[in-house]
Amino acid sequence: MALKIVKGSIDRMFDKNLQDLVRGIRNHKEDEAKYISTCIDEIKQELKQDNIAVKANAVCKLTYLQMLGYDVSWAAFNIVEVMSSSKFTYKRIGYLAASQCFHESTDVIMLTTNQIRKDLSSPNQYDTGVALTGLSCFVTPDLARDLANDIMTLMSHTKPYIRKKAVLIMYKVFLKYPESLRPAFPRLKEKLEDPDPGVQSAAVNVICELARRNPKNYLSLAPLFFKLMTSSTNNWVLIKIIKLFGALTPLEPRLGKKLIEPLTNLIHSTSAMSLLYECVNTVIAVLISLSSGMPNHSASIQLCVQKLRILIEDSDQNLKYLGLLAMSKILKTHPKSVQSHKDLILQCLDDKDESIRLRALDLLYGMVSKKNLMEIVKKLMLHVDKAEGTTYRDELLTKIIDICCQSNYQYITNFEWYISILVELTRLEGTRHGHLIASQMLDVAIRVKAIRVFAVAQMATLLDNAHLLTGNMQRNGICEVLYAAAWICGEFSEHLENPMQTLEAMLRPKVATLPGHIQAVYVQNAAKLFATVLKSQEGNTDGTAAQETSQLMIERLPLFVQSANLEVQERASCILQLVKYIQKLQQKDVEVAEEVSALFAGELNPVAPKAQKKVPVPEGLDLDAWINEPPSESESEDEQPKAIFTKEEHKHSRPRHTEVDEKELAKRREARKQEQANNPFYIKASPSSQKVYQESTGVEHIPVVQIDLSVPLKVPGLPMSDQYVKLEEERRQKQRVEKKKKEKKKRKEKHSGRGKKRDSGPESEEDITPAHMVDIVTEEMPENALPSDDDDKDPNDPHKALDIDLDKPLADSDKLPVRSHRAAEAAKSPGEAGDAESAAAQEPKKKSGKDKREEKKKDKDRDRKKSKEEKKKKKHKHEEKEEDLLRGQAGEPVVQSEETSQVAEPPTSTSAEVSDLDFWLSNAPVPSNTQEAATVAAAEATPMPEVVSSTAPDSEPNEPKDAEMEETKSSKHKKKKQKKEKEEKEKKKKKKHHHHHRHSDGGGEESVQNGTVEEEEPLPSMSNYCLLAENSYIKMMMEDADQVCDIQGNLQDGSQVVVSVIFENKCDGFLKSMEFNVLDSLNAKLQRPEGSGPHDGLTVPFQLPPGVSNEARFVFTVQSIVMPQKLKGTLTFIVKNEDSSTHEKLDFKLHFTCTSYLITTPCYSDAFAKLLESGDLKCSSVRLEGVSMPFHHLLARICFHHHFSVVERIDSCSSMYSRSIQGHHVCLLVKTSAQTVSIDAKCDEPTLLGNVLDEIKQTFSQC
Amino acid sequence: MIKAILIFNNHGKPRLIRFYQYFAEDMQQQIIRETFHLVSKRDDNVCNFLEGGSLIGGSDYKLIYRHYATLYFVFCVDSSESELGILDLIQVFVETLDKCFENVCELDLIFHMDKVHYILQEVVMGGMVLETNMNEIVAQVEVQNRMEKSEGGLSAAPARAVSAVKNMNLPDMPRNINIGDINIKVPSLSPF
Repeated sequence: MALKIVKGSIDRMFDKNLQDLVRGIRNHKEDEAKYISTCIDEIKQELKQDNIAVKANAVCKLTYLQMLGYDVSWAAFNIVEVMSSSKFTYKRIGYLAASQCFHESTDVIMLTTNQIRKDLSSPNQYDTGVALTGLSCFVTPDLARDLANDIMTLMSHTKPYIRKKAVLIMYKVFLKYPESLRPAFPRLKEKLEDPDPGVQSAAVNVICELARRNPKNYLSLAPLFFKLMTSSTNNWVLIKIIKLFGALTPLEPRLGKKLIEPLTNLIHSTSAMSLLYECVNTVIAVLISLSSGMPNHSASIQLCVQKLRILIEDSDQNLKYLGLLAMSKILKTHPKSVQSHKDLILQCLDDKDESIRLRALDLLYGMVSKKNLMEIVKKLMLHVDKAEGTTYRDELLTKIIDICCQSNYQYITNFEWYISILVELTRLEGTRHGHLIASQMLDVAIRVKAIRVFAVAQMATLLDNAHLLTGNMQRNGICEVLYAAAWICGEFSEHLENPMQTLEAMLRPKVATLPGHIQAVYVQNAAKLFATVLKSQEGNTDGTAAQETSQLMIERLPLFVQSANLEVQERASCILQLVKYIQKLQQKDVEVAEEVSALFAGELNPVAPKAQKKVPVPEGLDLDAWINEPPSESESEDEQPKAIFTKEEHKHSRPRHTEVDEKELAKRREARKQEQANNPFYIKASPSSQKVYQESTGVEHIPVVQIDLSVPLKVPGLPMSDQYVKLEEERRQKQRVEKKKKEKKKRKEKHSGRGKKRDSGPESEEDITPAHMVDIVTEEMPENALPSDDDDKDPNDPHKALDIDLDKPLADSDKLPVRSHRAAEAAKSPGEAGDAESAAAQEPKKKSGKDKREEKKKDKDRDRKKSKEEKKKKKHKHEEKEEDLLRGQAGEPVVQSEETSQVAEPPTSTSAEVSDLDFWLSNAPVPSNTQEAATVAAAEATPMPEVVSSTAPDSEPNEPKDAEMEETKSSKHKKKKQKKEKEEKEKKKKKKHHHHHRHSDGGGEESVQNGTVEEEEPLPSMSNYCLLAENSYIKMMMEDADQVCDIQGNLQDGSQVVVSVIFENKCDGFLKSMEFNVLDSLNAKLQRPEGSGPHDGLTVPFQLPPGVSNEARFVFTVQSIVMPQKLKGTLTFIVKNEDSSTHEKLDFKLHFTCTSYLITTPCYSDAFAKLLESGDLKCSSVRLEGVSMPFHHLLARICFHHHFSVVERIDSCSSMYSRSIQGHHVCLLVKTSAQTVSIDAKCDEPTLLGNVLDEIKQTFSQC
Repeated sequence: MIKAILIFNNHGKPRLIRFYQYFAEDMQQQIIRETFHLVSKRDDNVCNFLEGGSLIGGSDYKLIYRHYATLYFVFCVDSSESELGILDLIQVFVETLDKCFENVCELDLIFHMDKVHYILQEVVMGGMVLETNMNEIVAQVEVQNRMEKSEGGLSAAPARAVSAVKNMNLPDMPRNINIGDINIKVPSLSPF
């Protein structure tokens, strides 16, 4: 017995492992299948054993076999067993196997739910990781629903390794279980700002993937992404975000305007080609969304095209390919800028790489114009001759035709040329696109009436030389052309010069070798020709000639009557009998020509391809209604109309088919046929059309013998298209000359000497008139056709379900399902916040919902909240209906409005968020997120130094103390002219920032309105940029230090001041290697990157081409904020001209005022009152005389320049509040009477207060 | 999204397949064949992008591949991925393999398909890029391998011994057969 066990374990030792299996397969090359089947048998034995190690080994081998194409789904249960092993080694094997072969219809998946949940909550992070990875591959709607909550929890796991996996898998969960999106989204959004870059990247990844499908729902995230874009250094994240912006811009053009600048900077600064490429792509998307309305974006387009040209010229084929790809996007909206690179693109046609040639072809399509069409097509024709390999040649052929026929033959000026091109194309051996050429010939001949004479002549020659064209084949796709030729000659036979000759050509015995559908056309059109011939011959009163023609028909037609093709046979025998009858009449000397041609009278008009679809349903016709009463269900099980029951049919079809055996099926089929035959309403498939279809596909199966002819086949007597190119050129020349003459005449007549030299430039598109008046017949549409185009959206798109409005606050229904007995665990989830149904649960629910919002607001005032909630409770007492209670959140805005003292409420509701986005979008290009934007906008301080504003010149505040104009020596040489220019520039600058001003004004007005003001006067515009320093090379504009305080309200971190400086290049050289340095004082220091010394400068992260300006931000650390201070600094840079480069420097002084340390902070009146009562604040006051501005202007000015917010306003008295970055409270009471303004101020830091008041005084003394 | 990752050799033999969307086994094999057919006829000096095969994806999908010595690494991705980014990702993946296997060659992939999968799982998850930092990937893989080793402990020792004996007894060591012992030369490409 013991021996047996030992033997068993030794056996197991000698079990094949994966390596043995692989080795075995490699050693059995000749009988691999047999060897593997024995291996599978062994595996089956191993799976039956209890030992989990053996099982895992077996499953591992199965995974390998699965890769070789063996179905291993029979082992699904064993895989689940291995998955549930407690050992990581085996678990990993199990999950790998599952991820390779499980899918939605694997039924054992439902057994795994609990196991996966267990693994997800395992203390070992790698167990969790393996489970997440596996789940990401086989998640089903059921699993997604059951596990959504567990995964949500993992998104806040302590280990970033788990967090990033949990974040990524959420995308799969959303896809399978769309209801989870709304409850999970807030947390996902949080992860965008996760400290771990991997998690952040994962979150960006997921949101980008979501937003790509339903971009409009994610517009509100734009500010956040914008911030990430300007702060992130991870190229992966940047690429994703930039791609996302590409998807968002079409929805919001304002976003595009905001993006242009940072993207341009990235394009200039990045060295990563992938990032550069994506930036260019998104800039293109932006420009498309702006749709040419912005003339000043031509620079951006030029930049893109320039960069793309560099890519295309690169030796790396990948870059070349991508460059062409992006170029084709620009082409759609800005064809002109691409057209100038035609040489480059034509060059790419010679590239050895086929993908690149195809891309170049795509580009050519959009580059044609009336002027260059002939030239481009000529080049392409050359390539057609050169091209080896039929696929590429066919591609060229289709492209030529596409190019010519695009937008209704818009670019073709000479249709004779086009017909001859088409005829030339018929020389191609072995092309598959004969039918394409044929349809073009038909289209042109039918729709361009003026060309018919020419076309008919060409087609007649084609028919005459059909033997040359087709060689000894009917296998060649090109013979389709004869179909068109025959039809055109028949239909427009009145234009034929020698119809008799053509008729003969069409009735040659050789014709019988052509495919059936072509023969049919031949026969039918021979009849038409016959009619024409008869008519002309009878007109000549020569009876015998007409009779000879009939005789010819009677002799030749029997050939077709014998045809195997039904269509041909039917038509031929019909016509044969007709001709025989005509002959009889002719012998009796009856004139028949008139009657025969009456057979084919009338003109065929082209019909638009969608015409049928667009026929409106007549009134009173209900297509869905039953015509007869529906038959009872039992009678016609397999007659169920598919359209209605497709879904059910689909589900059942598979199992049912397997059950029914062949005999039964045959029987049923027979019965059905019988039934259908007897059913008068059943429309049978027409056999003839089917036949034709089969014939045409059958052609491809016949082996093609390539005949290598050294001399290109030329059909004699056919004109060459080149001829037309020359002719056309001559014609245009003539036209030009004529035009000149005419113009001269006109000028003479008018006697006006100021005529512009219009003829000197290249002729514009409109100047080229078509050769002959071409009357392009438009396609017919039914009357009252519906104009709308059908939406071609795929109804099965899984992303459709994810089209969910994420800005709406969470409602009761938005929660993740939690199993009831796991309630304790589930309570952790915030998604649970809204979960309660019983009346008893209503109160806490309401609170929790509120708490969440309250947290967001970062409001620490407990008392206020309590009172607020009491109010709310009172309010709800009045409402007795339960429904209203459930909508507790909706009621909140009402409560808010009661609190009149609230000034700048952070966004809470949908509308607030939307308007926030609007605000962000219309703000100046300062990178910031929503909350910051609000702060910044209200915190703008320094006005423009010069009074040049065109809107309100008188009220433009002037502040020389902020506008430290440090003119360097070089600038002293400036001439007056230059000064003028400078002023103009500044004006422009102002206009640029106009948006910005208006909005900061808006902010001021808003705060005033909160204090219930009645008078409404337009506020003067205020700017926050001041001139820092300038010389003849560069101008620096400083946005007065606006503070970025940690949003968390952590005051220790709040000792930072951010200075935005706009650099503008004023010379015509290139500015580079700019270094910004400031001499640190004891109190304020420029923050430098780690490792650099205290005197090192900061490199400005961009270069400036001539005339370009850009913004950089510098962070300073400040210790004491009670005193204003000045910092000396230098900017060094290299000016690079075409021939030389010089080193230059510019000195400046940075001025930190005390106001610049204040942050606009909203405050409530009750809190304000408490603050004043507390007695910690020192008092101080100041009086301003002779201030003659309206009170609300005054307040707005204080708010704007000194970062205060209005707490309360009563008539001409107002209380204001602000807070320093180090947490000092500053309270003001502003009163005005006549022209005197008195300001009483309180602050816990008297020095700071004194300085602030001085600054306020200075502001108003300048008015 | 990445729809599929395929690794096959110059003869079209699959070395690793990873589909992020379900296809039945026979369909998977067909896709491999088609992809191999498309990729193998391209010169080495043409671009590394192919506008998708007919079987997988459609117009939105691209094949992005790299050819190393005897192996093709093919990623099938949609338009949300950056082409150059994926090229770089392939490079990261191969470099990681090179680190984990120490001079990786085709034989490593043949005999340790499972390990290659585990490495790939740290790079791409469910069709989305999980990690692009090679050191991080290698670190995670190594921790998991150590866990496996410690779990194996004594009980795995006899099996390992037997495996070694088996290798000794085999007349032809796998390293010597076939074309396989050419290392995948990982050229050091400039990061994207």
